[in-house]
Amino acid sequence: MKKIILFVFILLIANTSFAQRYLSKTGSISFYSDAPLEKIEAQNHQVNCALDTKSGFFVVKILMRSFIFEKALMQEHFNEDYVESDKFPNAFFKGKIVNLKDINFSKPGIYSAVIEGQMTIHGITRPVKAKGTFTISKNGILARAKFPLKIGNYGISIPDVLTGKIATEVEISTNIYLKPLK
Amino acid sequence: MKKIGTFFILTILFTAQLFAQDNLMSLFNEPPQTVYTEASFKITRIVLGQSIVNPGKGNLIFVIQHHFGYVNQGAYDFFGLDQATIRLGFEYGITNWLMIGVGRSSYGKTYDGNLKVKILRQSTGKRVMPVSISYFGSLGINTLRQQDKTIDYYFTNRLTFLNQILIARKFNRRISLQLTPSLIHRNLVATPQIDNNTWALGGGGRFLLTKHTSIDAEYFYLLSKKTAANYHNSFSIGFNIETGGHVFQVYVSNSQGIIGQNFIPGSIGDWLKGDVLIGFNITRTFVLKKPKEFRK
Repeated sequence: MKKIILFVFILLIANTSFAQRYLSKTGSISFYSDAPLEKIEAQNHQVNCALDTKSGFFVVKILMRSFIFEKALMQEHFNEDYVESDKFPNAFFKGKIVNLKDINFSKPGIYSAVIEGQMTIHGITRPVKAKGTFTISKNGILARAKFPLKIGNYGISIPDVLTGKIATEVEISTNIYLKPLK
Repeated sequence: MKKIGTFFILTILFTAQLFAQDNLMSLFNEPPQTVYTEASFKITRIVLGQSIVNPGKGNLIFVIQHHFGYVNQGAYDFFGLDQATIRLGFEYGITNWLMIGVGRSSYGKTYDGNLKVKILRQSTGKRVMPVSISYFGSLGINTLRQQDKTIDYYFTNRLTFLNQILIARKFNRRISLQLTPSLIHRNLVATPQIDNNTWALGGGGRFLLTKHTSIDAEYFYLLSKKTAANYHNSFSIGFNIETGGHVFQVYVSNSQGIIGQNFIPGSIGDWLKGDVLIGFNITRTFVLKKPKEFRK
């Protein structure tokens, strides 16, 4: 029994210490919704993201107040009324690359990837699956993905007067350039 | 024993996975940031007086402010609805901390130009600031025709000035309060019994009922004794509804004037006698200049 435990620990230590990690603190995430009355678009260029190419773990942390809107009022309502940034300042994604074996991180090229994990927005966690691409170059990895997100799943309610004005599903796009961590 | 061993290993591996993800998260290691308090009030005014809020950079606010007559004038005047005082105004955010505005109100046929400058912003996090402080200044030009042609009447007689320091604190999501020390200077006043310089202390606040509606109230206490002896302190209380780019305010007040120079030292209505009028503001925000991320 002790040998097993020892074995597991060695495995874990080996797993983490030799893992290749990539990091970005200036990733871009935008969301877009096209409702009949109002087009809503927001951009965030200060997204934290980390990738472990050995285990396939992929994590993202988003400061909600860093989202920039075209209209200052929309930004205020987003933070104050919808995502309640004072109570829930960050959104998180913790996931894993499902098809890790299809991606050769040492060979430059464009690889399609499927990532599965848990998304936490507005304090509520839901499973999310997204398809995207990893563009691997000598200097880093560009992670891009586009996927829909139902905001109602995250306890973000839209008042009756605004239904129809704001879409209940938004499209998320990511454009994150990760650099190897030394 | 074997089963327990497998279970044990699986549990360790599973927690190890979570641990590894959190471990990745710890790479972010963000320095503490200053978070500035936003949206202490829904719009640039509490009811009649200015609030701590400025329009965002590049945003233009169009405001229609309308006062009816006193409701205690009875059915003959349709409870004040036959009379009207109106102001149309524009407010523009040159930067996030500087607002300029112009307006024209029918009360005294007054044109006004104003500016609001943010001095301190309430914040938490790295830099903690308990209150927000702004300066608001307004110049009014009364353009009523001269009644008594026998006396010399200079242009400067028409000028009125308002200086205010706005000190506000958003206590929580629902409650924001503001103190507004004010100095009004009028170059010409009607009688020697009235002060040219009128000091007043304003207090106001809002209580958010739902995310999009609030109760807002405002009181100006006259400190200058001569003015206080002849006029009443202004008190207004209203209900705000915000729908995206619009804010609607409906309120009751004892003040006929709409700009600070007129309503703070010149309110003739007495709440206790029912000299109360109904007023409303409609504001609409337009984006004239988009943030750089959205320029094509």
